[in-house]
Amino acid sequence: MTDIFASLPVTYELNPNRLHERLTAAAEREGLLDVAYRTVDSPVGPLLLAATSQGLVKVAFDRQDHDAVLVALAEAISPRILRAPARLDTVARQLDEYFAGGRRTFDVPLDFRLAHGFRLSVLEHLPEIDYGRTESYAQVAAAAGSPKAVRAVGTACALNPLPVVVPCHRVVRSDGSYGQYAGGEEAKRTLLTMEAA
Amino acid sequence: MKPFEQIVAEHGPMVLRVCRAVLGEADAEDAWSETFLAALKAYPELPADANVQAWLVTIAHRKAVDVTRAQARRPVPVGEVPDRPGRADGWDGDLWDALARLPDKQRTAVAYHYLAGLPYREIAEITGGSTDAARRAAADGIKALRATYPLEGARS
Repeated sequence: MTDIFASLPVTYELNPNRLHERLTAAAEREGLLDVAYRTVDSPVGPLLLAATSQGLVKVAFDRQDHDAVLVALAEAISPRILRAPARLDTVARQLDEYFAGGRRTFDVPLDFRLAHGFRLSVLEHLPEIDYGRTESYAQVAAAAGSPKAVRAVGTACALNPLPVVVPCHRVVRSDGSYGQYAGGEEAKRTLLTMEAA
Repeated sequence: MKPFEQIVAEHGPMVLRVCRAVLGEADAEDAWSETFLAALKAYPELPADANVQAWLVTIAHRKAVDVTRAQARRPVPVGEVPDRPGRADGWDGDLWDALARLPDKQRTAVAYHYLAGLPYREIAEITGGSTDAARRAAADGIKALRATYPLEGARS
């Protein structure tokens, strides 16, 4: 009996997107969409993009496990999270332009609520490192106001909630080697090679 | 707490079947959207041990009651007899029609038990009345469905 009912066709299965889009549009209108997200393809793998009403709040690489990242966002910000690409259209377009070599800076509102204190000071300095340039962890520590906090700069970069857009990949070791990266060393190499071209 | 997107993905199809069964095709999508919008609003306060399925059906039930009340206030359109496909065209549509012809209590009891998988105790909490009454309504509904619609042997 149950099997027979379960096989009843309904529109949701035929066209799951239309109903979902209707829900996300209504949620946005009513101010209930606390976190909107989507994924985009890129030369450094699929990127998860998430935004609050204030701005882009999270960028995550595939190796960071997008499902786990969404669960963490639910804890840290709000469980009112929906896949809602519209809010991320602008940053997705700018990322496309960046990876195509036609864009050097990002111009979207950023929500830094996932970073605090010294980590936040480091992130605020990073956009000052120009496209195609690099700084050492020590230089960034000095620029962020704590010349001795070299290791803390490493942590701040590793935990950057907005990699690629906030360019922590431009911070490298004093000996010129790449150093660690949330997206993996290979991704960091890809970005720096692209920017150096 | 799971991201709400996961709740939609896991329970969306079930809620749509329930809305479709209880309200019919014309109102099912509106009721689905309104159910999930109301659920999204209340979601952060949902207790960790809550039965999400029962919670969603409770909201859907309230939305269905709203829709039915609104319709009762509107003049009833007459003469709109749907063109029912014969068995050969697909019996799924026939089953929806057969469901639509059940009295409200039977239809909701059948939908909430067989489509949403809720136990009769929870159905009674949602619709009011006793657990036994919910069980009886579902049994009567299934009996009526079997009479109007020869389910036996169709697929089992």
